[in-house]
Amino acid sequence: MKLTSNEKIDVKEILKDLDKYRPRRKGWTWRKNLTSPHRIGEYEYYQISGPLKNSIPLPAAKYFDNIDPQPDVVITAEIASGRFEDDIRRMRMAAWHGADHIMVIRTLGQSHIDGLIEGTPEGVGGIPITRKQIRATRKALDLIEDEVGRPINFHSYVSGVAGPEIAVLFAEEGVNGAHQDPQYNILYRGINPIRSFVDAAVAKRIMSSVDMLQIDGAHNANASARVAWKVMPELLVQHAINCAFSLKVGMKKNLIALSTVPPTVSPTPEFRMNLVYAVTLRELFKGFRFRAQMNTRYIESDLFDATRIHVLNTLISRLTSADLQSTITPDEGRNVPWHINSIRGIETAKHTLIALDGMKEFVKIDENKIRKHVRELKMRAILFMEEILEVGGYFEALEKGFFVDNGYYPERVGDGIVRKKNGEIAAGTVVPRDKDYLAPVCYHFGYNNLPEGIEKPCDLIGGCTLCNPDKIQYIDELDPEDNVEKRYEKTLKMIKSNEVKPEVEWFGDGWIQLDMTFPLKEELAEAAALEVARKLGLEDVQVVHRTVLHPVEGTYIELKARVPFRVKVDELKIPEKPELLSEDEIIEFVKKNPIMVVAGTVGNDEHSVGLREILDIKHGGIEKYGIKYVYLGTSVPLEKMIDAAIETNSDAILASMIITHNDVHIENMRKLHQIAIEKGIRDKIILVAGGTQITNDMAKANGMDAGFGRGTKGIHVASFLVKKKMELQKE
Amino acid sequence: MQRADDFEVRKKHLENMTDEELDEYFWELANRIVEPLVELAQTHTSPSIERSVLLRMGFNSLQAKELVKRIHEKGLLGKGAGNVILKLSEKKGLNYIEAGKALIEGKYWDEVEKMFKGVEDE
Repeated sequence: MKLTSNEKIDVKEILKDLDKYRPRRKGWTWRKNLTSPHRIGEYEYYQISGPLKNSIPLPAAKYFDNIDPQPDVVITAEIASGRFEDDIRRMRMAAWHGADHIMVIRTLGQSHIDGLIEGTPEGVGGIPITRKQIRATRKALDLIEDEVGRPINFHSYVSGVAGPEIAVLFAEEGVNGAHQDPQYNILYRGINPIRSFVDAAVAKRIMSSVDMLQIDGAHNANASARVAWKVMPELLVQHAINCAFSLKVGMKKNLIALSTVPPTVSPTPEFRMNLVYAVTLRELFKGFRFRAQMNTRYIESDLFDATRIHVLNTLISRLTSADLQSTITPDEGRNVPWHINSIRGIETAKHTLIALDGMKEFVKIDENKIRKHVRELKMRAILFMEEILEVGGYFEALEKGFFVDNGYYPERVGDGIVRKKNGEIAAGTVVPRDKDYLAPVCYHFGYNNLPEGIEKPCDLIGGCTLCNPDKIQYIDELDPEDNVEKRYEKTLKMIKSNEVKPEVEWFGDGWIQLDMTFPLKEELAEAAALEVARKLGLEDVQVVHRTVLHPVEGTYIELKARVPFRVKVDELKIPEKPELLSEDEIIEFVKKNPIMVVAGTVGNDEHSVGLREILDIKHGGIEKYGIKYVYLGTSVPLEKMIDAAIETNSDAILASMIITHNDVHIENMRKLHQIAIEKGIRDKIILVAGGTQITNDMAKANGMDAGFGRGTKGIHVASFLVKKKMELQKE
Repeated sequence: MQRADDFEVRKKHLENMTDEELDEYFWELANRIVEPLVELAQTHTSPSIERSVLLRMGFNSLQAKELVKRIHEKGLLGKGAGNVILKLSEKKGLNYIEAGKALIEGKYWDEVEKMFKGVEDE
């Protein structure tokens, strides 16, 4: 099975023969960095990796020969809508935009399920992680990575009360990376501290057996604290505890990643504060990996605010270092992320990483000025650890509420999270291993009373699943109703009916977003927006964002709603595209029948980039086909265009019109047509208008012979000019 | 507990350390904090750990859950769930997966208890 870029991924095919599926590789894959500086087209890069076979470049790439340089850093996309059959489509979108680390959030409450889940039930705010779901997703990712030409890392969570079992499942099924941090269990999931550490040791040992990358959970302190920068000393301590513990139970240093977030945002003097923290962390944790996460603590429903924060967060990554750049979708503050926002998150990261490529060639941190602050932070963290030991150790510190206290340590506010050593969820479930304790399997951490002469523990049972995957038992579904097959029947019905609804996360879910501004104060504007949606006949209307433009002059509202109808795809009309002449036909004709044009942007318009692309040979413009042109420049008066055409005996006028305020472009088209009539050349001259907002129909309706809009290439214009000239010759 | 920021006082003993010394001391403290935690993990087990052993032996998640629950109830988790099933299978001449299934059906529990009785931890 292979993906082709003009066909949808076939979910039925993915679900076929899953019982026999085996992952093609295990372990984590980093991007392969190119030697620096490396040249792509005219540009030199210092921090890039190999190109993709199939990709969608950044929006401005079309002005630069569509180059799509890929940063050296792994880019993460978190994708989990509750239905993996829809998520794999989004994973494909993400991979095309440059993500190679797909992180799957678990469904609400999976941390507290004592055991594994099977089948493919629908999740809430994430996916129930099961063997079938992992296999199907990994199988889809195999196809997607072949399509884009870069390995994709698959990632989820080894936490909760079933950590060791999930670690086994992940190791068996080729999951490439996972979050694992017992402190996360304890502080944010309320799981018994002893159970969390005992389980973590076994889970980590299993993860390391297949070179899975571990990401820790310290960044959650950041998201939980009231004033996030105040927990900076503690963050260093949390990282240290998980790192030191992981090394001692057998993990490799270069597969342990610290999840780190620039803690503060504007209006605080964000950059200096975040930089001190980033530098301190990278000095103390040399040799470990850094997963740079973006700030979620302060993002609410404003997509632009989130994007600004995330650009600056990525600047910190580039000015210090990062091995993985995580992305946060700008809509995380308002809903389970939508397709478009996953892609926006990736584009923000890719754009910023490429924009700042090689910045350290020119920009350096002032070592003398930052030193004092770095040392202070280190000392605060050291003092924190000294006090942990003073009170008797980690569990005692937990009981005394050391963690996520909103004081800037050694300041203490007294509002830290308190967890009892012998309390919380799953307390009392840990038992001592007896003298004759035995686990006849490989990669088991801790005391194991293996018989003498046994080198490989699983020799006792003729191989364990990590050595012999044929021993894995596959369970398909446990719930006859809540499963992917049932859900997909409905989707298939819709696909076959050839009807479509808009969607944001699930196939045809019907959600759309509208934005509008009212000259009203906030509450009234919100009510007015809801009324607009009601009158439009929309359902499930919710206001998702509001920005006060002025207390009384205006309020901007964004709302989401469901569309109650479907659109018949068969009955959709696509504007016909004129058939193009071939390059050879054009060149041949122009050789025998020279074509001359005058071109310029008309009126008060200084936008010349688009027109240059249509003209210049370098961009595949009309010059390439032998058409001669006189470029009159920008803001050319309409009369001058006509006079120049007469003077040069031109066949055509190419008038570029980018500015469209007050329909000035319509007026210009009409005037151009009128002046050509007045000067007596209209029947001999071809008038062409171009610009991002121009359409052929609009241009024709206003006196032009043709109009060309967004995405026009030189050949479109050249082909039209040749055809039109042929027509004129016949007359 | 509430405390004002007394960093200036507390840091005195760290002030003269070089950066390298601070980094070293930082890791020395981290290691001292986690050592007892590692020791605890070395010498203890849990239902999830034992289920992870049974999964690695080739039991499915439903079987692993049921077996560990019963072995835990019998107070035999400290022997290792895999150990309990393996010893029984050897004694009965059964394939160990079959032995596990028999235990889920409620068979052989008396023999299991007899086999492991008396081998107490010191």
